[in-house]
Amino acid sequence: MTDIIGYILITIGILFDIFGCIGLVRFPDVYNRLQASTKCVTLGTIFLLIGVALVSATGAIGAKSIVCAVFILITSPTAAHAIAKGAYASGVKLWENSVVDKYGEDTSKLPKSNSASE
Amino acid sequence: MELIFYFGLFVCCFLCMYRIGRGPSAPDRTVAIDILGIVIVGFCALLGIETGKDFYMNIALAWALLSFIGTIALAKFLEGKDFDD
Repeated sequence: MTDIIGYILITIGILFDIFGCIGLVRFPDVYNRLQASTKCVTLGTIFLLIGVALVSATGAIGAKSIVCAVFILITSPTAAHAIAKGAYASGVKLWENSVVDKYGEDTSKLPKSNSASE
Repeated sequence: MELIFYFGLFVCCFLCMYRIGRGPSAPDRTVAIDILGIVIVGFCALLGIETGKDFYMNIALAWALLSFIGTIALAKFLEGKDFDD
């Protein structure tokens, strides 16, 4: 019974991975691609690792896959945040049909001396 | 059954490699490298339950760590700062 639930979770996870990678290819902008691919692939890989832990119920594989899932859950949004900040700082423009840019408004309101002292 | 899983993850890897080769700017390639690392962690987990050997999960953990550190280093490089800021 747990094998069946595990294989269903693995299937859902791989479907989320494929949708995230299609988003990585099809979206028009760095920030849209980051949004789609990071969220979908993180959730899909966590589903896949929980499914692996359910299929191999005992032993080292299940424990290590749970540890790996927790690690990916912590580190993947951190990496996405760092990439978005780096992309904005390196001067990549938004897509031409984007309507809101809160980060640009916030950083343009900062006093000039703060950015000159860096 | 396992062949379908492997085929799905191969499709993910090839889509990421398309974006690495095609991507118009450097952050596109950084995003694709990050995603490719996470997909390969899932690949190692599937190989672990098929063969029954647990060193594949060691490879997956090490790959996740190295992918995270490499992505952070590339993001710092894109931002134009040193590593200790």
